[in-house]
Amino acid sequence: MTLLSVEGLGITFGGLKAVNDVSFKVEPGEIVSVIGPNGAGKTTLFNMISGIYQPGAGRVVLKGEDVTGMRPDLLARRGMSRTFQNLQIFQAMTVLENAISGFHLREKGPVLADLLNLPASRRRSREAREGALALLARVGLDRAADREAGNLSYGSLKRLEIARALAMNPAVLLLDEPAAGCNAVETEEIDHLIAEVAASGTAILLVEHDMKMVMRISNHIVVLDHGEKIAEGAPAEVSRNPAVIAAYLGTEEGADADG
Amino acid sequence: MPKLSAKSATLLVLAALIAVTPFFFPSGYYYRVGALIFVNGLAVTGIVILTGYAGQISLGHAGFAGIGGYACALAPTHLGLHPSLAVVLGAAISAVLAWLVGRPILRLKGYYLAVATLGFGILVAMVLNNERALTGGPDGIAVPDLGLRGLLKDWGLELTNGQFWYFFCGLVLLAGAWIALNLHQSPTGRALRALHGSEIAARTVGVDVARLKLQAFVISAVYASVAGSLVALQNKFITPDVAGFMHSIEMVTMAVLGGAGSVLGAIFGAGVLTLLPQALTVLAEYEQLVLGLVMMLVMIFLRDGLLPSILRKLRGTGE
Repeated sequence: MTLLSVEGLGITFGGLKAVNDVSFKVEPGEIVSVIGPNGAGKTTLFNMISGIYQPGAGRVVLKGEDVTGMRPDLLARRGMSRTFQNLQIFQAMTVLENAISGFHLREKGPVLADLLNLPASRRRSREAREGALALLARVGLDRAADREAGNLSYGSLKRLEIARALAMNPAVLLLDEPAAGCNAVETEEIDHLIAEVAASGTAILLVEHDMKMVMRISNHIVVLDHGEKIAEGAPAEVSRNPAVIAAYLGTEEGADADG
Repeated sequence: MPKLSAKSATLLVLAALIAVTPFFFPSGYYYRVGALIFVNGLAVTGIVILTGYAGQISLGHAGFAGIGGYACALAPTHLGLHPSLAVVLGAAISAVLAWLVGRPILRLKGYYLAVATLGFGILVAMVLNNERALTGGPDGIAVPDLGLRGLLKDWGLELTNGQFWYFFCGLVLLAGAWIALNLHQSPTGRALRALHGSEIAARTVGVDVARLKLQAFVISAVYASVAGSLVALQNKFITPDVAGFMHSIEMVTMAVLGGAGSVLGAIFGAGVLTLLPQALTVLAEYEQLVLGLVMMLVMIFLRDGLLPSILRKLRGTGE
């Protein structure tokens, strides 16, 4: 059974087809990248898959279940997690608390136990805390655990967001430009982290502008332009595809050729 | 020396203040002022959970205080309940009502939510004002004695009325603060603070945002309700003013002024805003003017609230 299958997904904003009839599949442990020029509809596509936008057409199927337009918290229960292009960090919480929040589904329990600080509540908190500390060590943020997240550098916050998403132990992880705004060293670290996560069996769906990184780590690439899928395949195939080259260089005929 | 957790430190400071301040009271009157601060502090601790943790605003929480207060007036006479059980009944009614009202209105955000909660508060105040046969209308209604002071006397602990309510309200406030601090460090509290920070990110880690907002709303309603009950029992009398719009505004202002994010800060805010009007009475007709000015200045220069700002200054600029 396919892990994640996107079938004919589309959405219209005020008459404009932001994404139109996009289909692809993601298997366990695979890194699938979605690329395309600015405004091609990559983030919109992510927002539809992760339940933030209601698709106007098509289906999203996760582990055989139709999850089209399902609320993000319900998708989280079914093993889908994501990060955001414009960081969504809990700024006023500590780095550790941000990571712990990724364990929400495992640590939550009866409110009354939490209000009265019952042993069961303390145990759930402690287990989540231990898991979070291990994850922070994995992304190199363990020494910043007690700092307020809002004070961290951009690159660190990017890694924190990935740690929080990994805390859910997702079956599929959507990463929206994880390396944007990071320097070369940070990009390489994120690069390694993604490969490692994929090797452990988690499927990665990636939007990224750093083409070197995309070509290096992807198993499969989906190319969008003006909301439509113009090409799909292994990195080597896609980079030779005339329609793709045209889309990036902006040649009219090239885009029509595949069109 | 083992480091004291923020929770223990807050509770210790609070307990010490409650225990030690009476030694400096020039007269018995101050026990009454102290008890008033504690009751306000309790209501405001509920606001900390709703506003400081979860980032949701309510301008109608006095409505729940009204329900708690009138439960103590009506349940003993009409249902034959002991006043202490009337407090529990009031809290239960407030919780159910908060759940029913919160479900539709907590979908709203920012000022829409503020106006919707405002409407709820006004509704409760109107019912209390107009159902004269039951509530006595705007003139108010008598509330039976709690009876605990007499019980303590039988056990050999003799307190004046002022002293009794001072220590009783102080203990309830401590319990309320303990619960709010437990919540802060618990899975539920983290989820509330997470949805405050970024609702969309909270959703993606699996937080059922609607459900958690509702939980915070219900919990804070219970705080307001118990505070309202304590006011009624202490005064042995209650008027619809307890549910009035001004009381709702007062709660939010106390929390924000003191620092809505921290329990101790909000209680500090309750103390300042309870004491300030008393201290400013020397200014006669300028009292409200100065009060308003102080509030504006605090918000402009100490936006995190009085206590957090002061603590930061004390720790120095190192942070």
